[in-house]
Amino acid sequence: MPAWRAAPSPLATARGSAEAPGWTLLAVIARLTPWLVGTALAAAVAGLAAALLLAAPPAEPGDLWRIAYVHLPAAWLSGVLYAVLAACALMARCRREPVWAALAAACAPTGALMSFLALWTGSLWGKPLWGVWWTWEPRFATLLLLLFLFLGLLALQAAQDDAGKASRAAGVLALLGAGHLPLLYAAVAWWGRHAGRPAVVLPVELPLNGPVLATQVAMAVALAAWALVAVLHRAASSLLEQGVDGEGAPAPAERAP
Amino acid sequence: MSPWSMAWSSLPELLEMGGFGLYVWGAYVMVAAAALWEAATLTQRRRRVLDELRGAALENPDAA
Repeated sequence: MPAWRAAPSPLATARGSAEAPGWTLLAVIARLTPWLVGTALAAAVAGLAAALLLAAPPAEPGDLWRIAYVHLPAAWLSGVLYAVLAACALMARCRREPVWAALAAACAPTGALMSFLALWTGSLWGKPLWGVWWTWEPRFATLLLLLFLFLGLLALQAAQDDAGKASRAAGVLALLGAGHLPLLYAAVAWWGRHAGRPAVVLPVELPLNGPVLATQVAMAVALAAWALVAVLHRAASSLLEQGVDGEGAPAPAERAP
Repeated sequence: MSPWSMAWSSLPELLEMGGFGLYVWGAYVMVAAAALWEAATLTQRRRRVLDELRGAALENPDAA
């Protein structure tokens, strides 16, 4: 039996703690987790098999295209996670409920990881094509800025001793940083069209035939399900810690990752 | 050849990835490492939180 199944659910374990907030979220997470983990694993197995063993890549750039199967979903998810983070930060400011602050904080580490993976795979994609590991073209630069935004949010959360103050400061930065998203989209869409290279977010100009599209979708589903599980579980742990502390906020040392 | 048929006829061919092996495998190894790292940190934190909850319930059984 897998460990994640053998372990008691956070909901069941915390049921006795009257102070643990966010019951609705915890209930949703307990129900969704097996399905999300199953979806992520199934899509990853199918997607990886097709990406690495099958799915004839487009003639140009040939087998290098196999990097795109992980690069594109990672880049998409970076932007989506920041949008979700900003939306949750806005809700946290409006509704003053710890659930929203926990969700916003939980998006940052996974968002940073996805941005890093998009940059890493983009660099591996660019070197054989353009002869350089890094170039200050708009897509790379805006993705790097997005990574710095995620890291800035994590640093801000970790730097404050007062969890409430840290959450509010991170919320302000998250909302200010949301202005970067249209820039990211415009840079990617514009540069993807004019440079004649695949764009990393819609509108896409991808050489997608049936198998390539199916593989791309499978890998996108796998990474999205992984990101969702990570965000929800991080938020659940944060909410349960608040219940343990009984002070409405986790201790600074317990917030990361 | 069907687009769904095996693209490689041997393991060295698979590893070589049409001359892009270093780049393609470098991308997938990093993604796998990231997934494992995130799963490990999440599991570790979850286990610690559940232990704390169990400890709190044992200390104060009336609240459980």
